[in-house]
Amino acid sequence: MQPTDIRNPQYFHKVVDCQWGCPAHTDVPGYIRLIAQGRYTDAYMLNRQTNVLPGILGRVCDRPCEPACRRGRVEDKPVAICRLKRVAADLRDDVSALLPKAPARKNGRRVALIGAGPASLAVANDLLPLGYEVVIYEALGVPGGLMRSNIPSFRLPVEVLDEEIAMIVDMGADLRLGTPVQSMKALLAENYDAVFVGTGAPKGKNLRIPGREEAAERIHIGIQWLESVAFGHIDKIGEKVLIIGVGNTAMDCCRTSMRLGAKSVKVMARKPRNFFKASPWELEDAEEETVEIVINYSPKSFVLEAGRLTGMIFEKMEYEFDGRGRITAEKVTGEEFFPADDVVLAIGQENAFPWIERDIGIEFDKWDVPVVDATTYQGTRPGVFFGGDAAFGPKNIIWAVEHGHQAAISIHRYCQGQDVADRLPYGMNLATAKMGMHEWSYSNYYDPAERRMMPHVDLGERFKKLNIEVELGFTPEQFTKEVERCLNCDIQTIFTEKLCIECDACVDICPTQCLTIAANGAEDELRTRLSAPAQNLTQDLYVSAELPQTKRVMIKDEDLCVHCGLCAERCPTGAWDMQKFTLEVPYARDETMPPSAQARTGT
Amino acid sequence: MSFIPKPKVAHPGIARNELGLTVRDYEGGISTLCAGCGHDSITAALIQAVFELSIPPHRLAKLSGIGCSSKTPAYFASQSHGFNSVHGRMPSVATGANAANGELTYVGVSGDGDTLSIGLGQFCHAIRRNLDMLYVIENNGVYGLTKGQFSASADVGTKAKKGEVNQQPPIDPCQLALAIGCTFVARSFSGDKQHLVPILKAAIRHRGFALVDVISPCVTFNDHEGSTKSYDFTRKHAHAATYADFVPYADEIVSEQAEGSVQAVTLHDGSRVLLRKIGADYDPRDRTAAFDYLSRHQAKGEVVMGLLYIDDSQPDLQQVQSLPEGPLASVPYETLNPGQKALDAIQNRFR
Repeated sequence: MQPTDIRNPQYFHKVVDCQWGCPAHTDVPGYIRLIAQGRYTDAYMLNRQTNVLPGILGRVCDRPCEPACRRGRVEDKPVAICRLKRVAADLRDDVSALLPKAPARKNGRRVALIGAGPASLAVANDLLPLGYEVVIYEALGVPGGLMRSNIPSFRLPVEVLDEEIAMIVDMGADLRLGTPVQSMKALLAENYDAVFVGTGAPKGKNLRIPGREEAAERIHIGIQWLESVAFGHIDKIGEKVLIIGVGNTAMDCCRTSMRLGAKSVKVMARKPRNFFKASPWELEDAEEETVEIVINYSPKSFVLEAGRLTGMIFEKMEYEFDGRGRITAEKVTGEEFFPADDVVLAIGQENAFPWIERDIGIEFDKWDVPVVDATTYQGTRPGVFFGGDAAFGPKNIIWAVEHGHQAAISIHRYCQGQDVADRLPYGMNLATAKMGMHEWSYSNYYDPAERRMMPHVDLGERFKKLNIEVELGFTPEQFTKEVERCLNCDIQTIFTEKLCIECDACVDICPTQCLTIAANGAEDELRTRLSAPAQNLTQDLYVSAELPQTKRVMIKDEDLCVHCGLCAERCPTGAWDMQKFTLEVPYARDETMPPSAQARTGT
Repeated sequence: MSFIPKPKVAHPGIARNELGLTVRDYEGGISTLCAGCGHDSITAALIQAVFELSIPPHRLAKLSGIGCSSKTPAYFASQSHGFNSVHGRMPSVATGANAANGELTYVGVSGDGDTLSIGLGQFCHAIRRNLDMLYVIENNGVYGLTKGQFSASADVGTKAKKGEVNQQPPIDPCQLALAIGCTFVARSFSGDKQHLVPILKAAIRHRGFALVDVISPCVTFNDHEGSTKSYDFTRKHAHAATYADFVPYADEIVSEQAEGSVQAVTLHDGSRVLLRKIGADYDPRDRTAAFDYLSRHQAKGEVVMGLLYIDDSQPDLQQVQSLPEGPLASVPYETLNPGQKALDAIQNRFR
């Protein structure tokens, strides 16, 4: 293999699995260390730099970081990254003095953002400090989009939502509530310099089977129903409720039902559990609340008696699987009736643009979804940008924030008359973590503690009101333990081959057998003759140039490194060093200012 | 020396031996030797060897004298028996232990000072008795614990860290051992585990005294230019006489080397050592030839490596002294104490 190019920021970025997994590239180990030091405000601000809404995301993020977390491969469970984010948000001081400010003198450009959800908020957050005039159009009477209307308040308290939205809007955005945009053509006629569409995916999918029209009164479409609950239009539901679908919306629907008076809630799934779209922790939380998840039933028809919904008939499904667990055949083995007073459909959602005229240069594809560039987030009409669920269909909040960052860069370049595709590259900074002979600027010992369990409000208590937040947040005892579970993957092992005397000290001390000194070879073959076979192909091998004495190479399998730093401690010549890696993520503000000029928090 | 212990966390796919143990189960405390010390690498090789041989930790006894080298038993097989004895007196303790229980596997770890200076007499007599043990010399040519003076294995012409040149001839433990009838003589290098581990395995399985002289650079006092025991010098001047492969009794020999330069030596327990020879004229069964080979190559400044001599046919201490089978502790009371009549009979013989 060729020596690994460690000058490419993406190499070490990929080693930080959580940061690599996060769409917004949040510096997770960085903020976890700040929490460990009790610097909650700094931890919050480090978060805010990338993900803008730490208090919200610390509760309801889809957490792609956690399945990616190295700890989950080394032992069983990943670090509770998301809940540590909440710790920083809950314990921080007043941050108003640290927030970006809009300059008094504007730059003369006006930008319209449609929808006040996370994508638009991220755009506003990035553009307001640069002097843009930002107008946000929101159809509802309150900002927040799906975060407000679809996420129940027992998961995301309204105060948290209000405060973090205010941090952005109070920079000086012109937020026009209750002002749906009825016509894109009319909006464009108002001569904005750029328009950003962040209207989400507001249309819930319908289930067209017999009985649907007749029983319409007791059949609800998930996201619309959740919205009605959120705004107090609906405050009760029948005793027996069936939820169709097993995504995260279904989990919100079933848990909301439990709080509106339902006695028995069943979530009906067409396929077995490993096909569920809902996150495992959301399933767990629902099951804790005595919601029953029933698998292998496919809806056939609604049943009415005397014009009133009494239940549904399902087909009982049976599947055959191949070796990799994929379905190869399915058959119906029978039918079964499930009684129900109400049915909630949570089988997916789509974006809908009835308000965008089709003759103004904004193209839609065959699924009636706008054609959007995956890098610039620009549609086919220059100056009109898309982000969040409106761009590529339903994803999640953290993706919407990242779309917002990227769209803000595009909008800025567009407004300055520059090519939107010509963007700043990622940068990085590496600085040694060595503080003394065997002292490091991070806690390098591997703490064998298991993942802390999030404490919940008692079942009896939590159903009393709709807005009692179920998760209590980690106690100090819990999070001081949980932060030590982080493997500090951003403290990179850096190897300098010309210093190596091939004494094997690093190879011998490595607890997880990551290191090997061997003759070079092709990657496939090399992976088989390391200290431990490197079977995880998604993780790179870090290969050095030829070593001075024997011309062999040093190989590190990045997969299971626990960043304990013992290789560097045992190295007599300092050929191994532990260095703090900081990813420099370019934002709109970096277009006008070099990253080095940015005020940064963190280590 | 490190401030944190080696984390207990291991690779989830870590290999297990016949006993279901992993290599991590044969580890000891974290080393307090200098980072990069050759001794630590030998420790790792010993761990690998006893792991691969599936030796139950409680059937292993580690012995040592005094010196950097003699700290080694603390760094591996922490569940085994250990005895850190007086300077140069480890062979006596090993002899006693072996006489009391011939069933354990004995691993003695010593250094060039502990063996070739203060302990030279004890070393020679353990060889003479063909004590069944592995005797590892962690040979770095200096007294590391006393800040790097030349030891008895320092070569003529080698330079100390501060520049003085050694003029006294070295004692070569391998030549010495050959001269006094050692039944297993090998030399290896701490910086080459592929070479060292099979030799250690064969030495452990050899019945009798197995000497393994391991060149083990002192990274603090003897790894500079001008030293003849540095990593760089050893790599540049190593002359491999043989490469060993250890084949346990149960395993088939899968591939004989095509050149016909492979010699299989069967040990008393049926396991075999396959010796791949670099010099076609080398015969590890021929003691005089081995002695001659060593002398000729060492005169050229080369460090001869490999399993140099093996003779598995000699009786060991247990056999020569007709010691009872099994440990003395398990000899039945009636046998140990045959009663007054038997004592009287014995005493009468001397009247």
